[in-house]
Amino acid sequence: MGVYSRLTNRSMIKRQERKSKTLGTLIKQKYLFMMLFPSLLYYFIFRYIPMYGVIIAFKDYNFISGIWGSKWVGLKYFKQFLQNPYFFRTLRNTFIISINSLFWFFPVPIIFAILLNEVKNTQFKKTIQTVTYLPHFISIVTVVGLLKQLTSPTTGVINAVIMTLGGNPINFFMEKGWFVPLYVISAIWSDFGWGAIVYIAAISGIGQELYEAASIDGAGRFRQIWHITIPGIMPTVVILLILRMGSLLDVGYEKILLMYNEGIYETSDVISTYIYRNGIRQANYSFGTAVGLLNSTVSLALVIMSNYISKNVTEVGLW
Amino acid sequence: MVKNNSKIQAFDVVNVILMLFLMGVALYPIVYEIAISLSSASYVQANKISVFPKGFNFDSYKNLVQYRIFWISYKNTIVYSVLGTLINLTLTSTLAFCLSRRELLFRKQITLFIIFTMFFSGGMIPNFLLVNWLGIYNSIWAVVLPGAISTYNMIIVRTFMSGIPEEVIESVRIDGGNDLQIFSRIVLPLSKSAFATVGLFYFIGHWNSYFGPMIYLSDKSLQPLQVILKEMIVDQNIEGLGLRMSDLKDEMPTSEMFTAASIVLSIIPVLCVYPFVQKYFVKGVMIGSVKG
Repeated sequence: MGVYSRLTNRSMIKRQERKSKTLGTLIKQKYLFMMLFPSLLYYFIFRYIPMYGVIIAFKDYNFISGIWGSKWVGLKYFKQFLQNPYFFRTLRNTFIISINSLFWFFPVPIIFAILLNEVKNTQFKKTIQTVTYLPHFISIVTVVGLLKQLTSPTTGVINAVIMTLGGNPINFFMEKGWFVPLYVISAIWSDFGWGAIVYIAAISGIGQELYEAASIDGAGRFRQIWHITIPGIMPTVVILLILRMGSLLDVGYEKILLMYNEGIYETSDVISTYIYRNGIRQANYSFGTAVGLLNSTVSLALVIMSNYISKNVTEVGLW
Repeated sequence: MVKNNSKIQAFDVVNVILMLFLMGVALYPIVYEIAISLSSASYVQANKISVFPKGFNFDSYKNLVQYRIFWISYKNTIVYSVLGTLINLTLTSTLAFCLSRRELLFRKQITLFIIFTMFFSGGMIPNFLLVNWLGIYNSIWAVVLPGAISTYNMIIVRTFMSGIPEEVIESVRIDGGNDLQIFSRIVLPLSKSAFATVGLFYFIGHWNSYFGPMIYLSDKSLQPLQVILKEMIVDQNIEGLGLRMSDLKDEMPTSEMFTAASIVLSIIPVLCVYPFVQKYFVKGVMIGSVKG
């Protein structure tokens, strides 16, 4: 008994020592923590309280009772969404838009970076970069505005060309079949230059002596690209591709909201736009939160999965 | 050898032409928009504009001058962007500084606490309800506070600050300086270029955002430019201008031209500043991609 109490005494003293040491460091770092405090408060209020707020997905939320007072309803809203005819449609559209963006957009910055690398005049190269990065800084509202003006059936230049060639004007924004192409093409316009930055950097990391050796061996430009440039940027390509898979559910809903209309919901309504219409516009808060929770849970799973694959394949991961 | 040379030249010629084409593609929609805004209505309605304005005049802009809500929203955008960026930079720099200090107590736990929010969030509706609950709905704070720190930008600054040699910081400490002095005298001045980068990211983000303001602001006089543009473009709503269908004669600017003029005015600041600050943006992407 005595031995035991002496032991606990000793470990208690040790713990106290550690505690006072921590306290000492804390006092020493008081300015750091003073600086840290507003930011931590921000993360707590604006990031973690909403995470706690997702419990309204399992409740019948209304403004008067608040989060705590509202009645628990279990999985009611999840079931409501899964049995909803729009569940399949929004899920399908999310994947179709996401996969099409990936398939058509992903190679463009890579090809652009490789070809840009072949431009030898530095000043010209810089000008190209400046000009092609510009669309990235144009707001999505403006991008959609430009797109609408260009494709306008009455005053748009694209339809003017179609009519000169003898075709009939197309009302692009009213046609179901044109939504995904318009979405993808405008995304490529916005980011083909900006997306190339990472690859341009990867290419500049390739040793110049490799190119010199290859050219002495008689390799032409295409063979140099094939045997040196492409293998040189392959790790970057693989990492970005895998990480992109992790955000397969994140489609640019802010842009879709500006582009779609009731007539083409069939091909354009995605999970997030559905949440916006039902959750915010029609104030079905619990239902919208449930759909959002489902969405972000699957998203998180995809990120974890793609990170796991990335770590195994390339030994680089997000964490 | 000679054959090889001519082959190289052919490649270069094709490549240069392709690059010029891509530059054209990047610029064309903007050029087209400017052309429409400066043309006269009869040419626009006959769909005769392709690159250059026809029937050159400033009527669209003259009409825009009378559109009060446009200028109010322009002023709002400037206020939100400036105030928002100041808040962003204050919080981002102090947080990044603390996390870049290796001796910080609970550094690992705090970092985890912050990084986790990059992968999981409450989602659109809990955020919307939070803004209501805090009582900042329909106020400037609903626009500038929810996005006060971008974790991605914070990591860019932290990575940059971690690169400052430890000896420089130690030298201040030996002279009796505390963490506040290390921050203000050494780290802040040395991190100017990182601030330029993320400051511009933040500023452009505020300037271009419409979704937050759209759902958090109900008062028309509080709305920023992008929301007003969105109403013109998507909802075709140009109320308050006093233009009625019967007013739209041939010489009056059409709604397309009016929208075009608004779009041009909204991107002019970006176009003017962009060439000079472009290098900072690129730098930011580089730091961010090294240590995401």
